[in-house]
Amino acid sequence: MDFLRPETLAEALELKASRPDAVPIAGGTDVMVELNFDHRRPAALLDLTRIAELREWTDGLRVGSGVPYVRIIDELGSQLPGLAMAARTVGSPQIRNRGTVGGNLGAASPAGDTHPVLLASDAVIEVASVRGTRMIPAADFYLGVKRNALEPDELIVAVHLAPAKGPQQFSKVGTRNAMVIAVCSFAISLFPAENRVGAAVGSAAPTPRRAHEAEEFLASELDFSSPQPLLDSVKRRFGELVSEAASPIDDVRGSAAYRKHALAVMARRTLGWAWQELLSQKNGGGERTCA
Amino acid sequence: MRVNVRVNGEQRQADDVWEGESLLFMLRERLGLPGSKNACEQGECGSCTVYLDNVPVCACLVAAGQAQDREVRTVEGLADGDALDPVQEAFVEAGAVQCGFCTPGLVVAAHDLLDRVPSPSDPEIREALAGNLCRCTGYEKILDAVRLAASRR
Ligand SMILES: Cc1cc2nc3c(=O)[nH]c(=O)nc-3n(C[C@H](O)[C@H](O)[C@H](O)COP(=O)(O)OP(=O)(O)OC[C@H]3O[C@@H](n4cnc5c(N)ncnc54)[C@H](O)[C@@H]3O)c2cc1C
Ligand code: FES
Ligand code: FES
Repeated sequence: MDFLRPETLAEALELKASRPDAVPIAGGTDVMVELNFDHRRPAALLDLTRIAELREWTDGLRVGSGVPYVRIIDELGSQLPGLAMAARTVGSPQIRNRGTVGGNLGAASPAGDTHPVLLASDAVIEVASVRGTRMIPAADFYLGVKRNALEPDELIVAVHLAPAKGPQQFSKVGTRNAMVIAVCSFAISLFPAENRVGAAVGSAAPTPRRAHEAEEFLASELDFSSPQPLLDSVKRRFGELVSEAASPIDDVRGSAAYRKHALAVMARRTLGWAWQELLSQKNGGGERTCA
Repeated sequence: MRVNVRVNGEQRQADDVWEGESLLFMLRERLGLPGSKNACEQGECGSCTVYLDNVPVCACLVAAGQAQDREVRTVEGLADGDALDPVQEAFVEAGAVQCGFCTPGLVVAAHDLLDRVPSPSDPEIREALAGNLCRCTGYEKILDAVRLAASRR
């Protein structure tokens, strides 16, 4: 096995072009588990942790693929509240100190916690190779269980996502509060200026996916310019539509029926929280209601 | 391959390191530092927690080659000669150690918490130690130890 240690992105892309069999390693929190258990014996590891360009962000926002979760939580939480919420639920402090969004995207597990947020907030994934750069909308990035749109010579460089234009929420069901793979998860982003809602489910289909009908339903039902308290019927219908967007399976973590049920509950609750935030922004106050 | 790394303040060199090997294996088997424990090799238990450039990580999930030119501090590097670190002392006094297998990782995680948050609340302690499993103590004495260490700072 070779251990490749590029110092710059350009060098990394050259290496990946000449060694498409090299497995990139960022935080290593997925890759090392596979190596430790001999599930994978790649011909080479391509260490991305020395590449400064991948570990920074610029305004707008363009977040380098190698920024660890802990920095998203501590330093980007006010601009990217949804992503920070999802990041807070990943693993444990040790995992969040090391794990990255780029690694979550590289692994492309249907249960990856950042995916629903990236979908709901219209993120675009920047990938590059020596052939050039591609900008891939998150909705086109996930192709199947643990399969993404990367070509063998490409690396994930950054995630582009605008600072939140309205309230965002993320919710995840697991057996405890720490160190759990999602049984299912849900993210919602409100875009009040555009009369629009983004909604996506995780761990409830072969890929993370958007709940289009649920999004359209809310866009037609909700008045973003003078928001009124939510009707229970709207919350309920939204929950149903989110649940219908999923096609979960029975597995060790939960049954399909449970996942469908939990998704409807999470969708109702997160919509309630997000809407309450919007109401209090617009009306300068207001109580928090239960789902 | 050869890996050069600063460990507990000393420049060290490990030879014949397998490219897919973890930092944990290198520390324990090549650099003579068995303090960090190997209990799961999958990031679940925290027994292998070490500082990498001052950030606590699971050494089992870092490739040894990723530590090249970096600074590692293990549980062996916390004491000052024979004088235990206050966190280690508090673990002994509070009875937070039974079989001791989880202890090195918990001591490093607690040490980091108290560096960042000198008087943590109970929820902050629980959150900071959420990545460390202990199958003996039931955790109460561990929380006592962290509170004790915090009170002495
Ligand atoms: C104990 C434990 C708990 C966990 N809990 C959670 C959890 O709660 N939620 C969750 O979503 N995940 C969880 N994970 C999985 C993992 O931590 C995440 O998927 C994390 O985001 C991976 O990031 P990384 O930088 O460590 O990835 P790596 O392990 O370095 O890489 C992961 C994959 O992505 C590829 N890759 C990495 N960077 C790039 C890049 N820039 N370009 C192209 N390919 C790339 C790698 O080749 C590999 O296939 C957990 C893992 C462990 C060990
Ligand atoms: S041995 Fe590293 S976390 Fe368990
Ligand atoms: S003291 Fe035995 S595992 Fe914690």
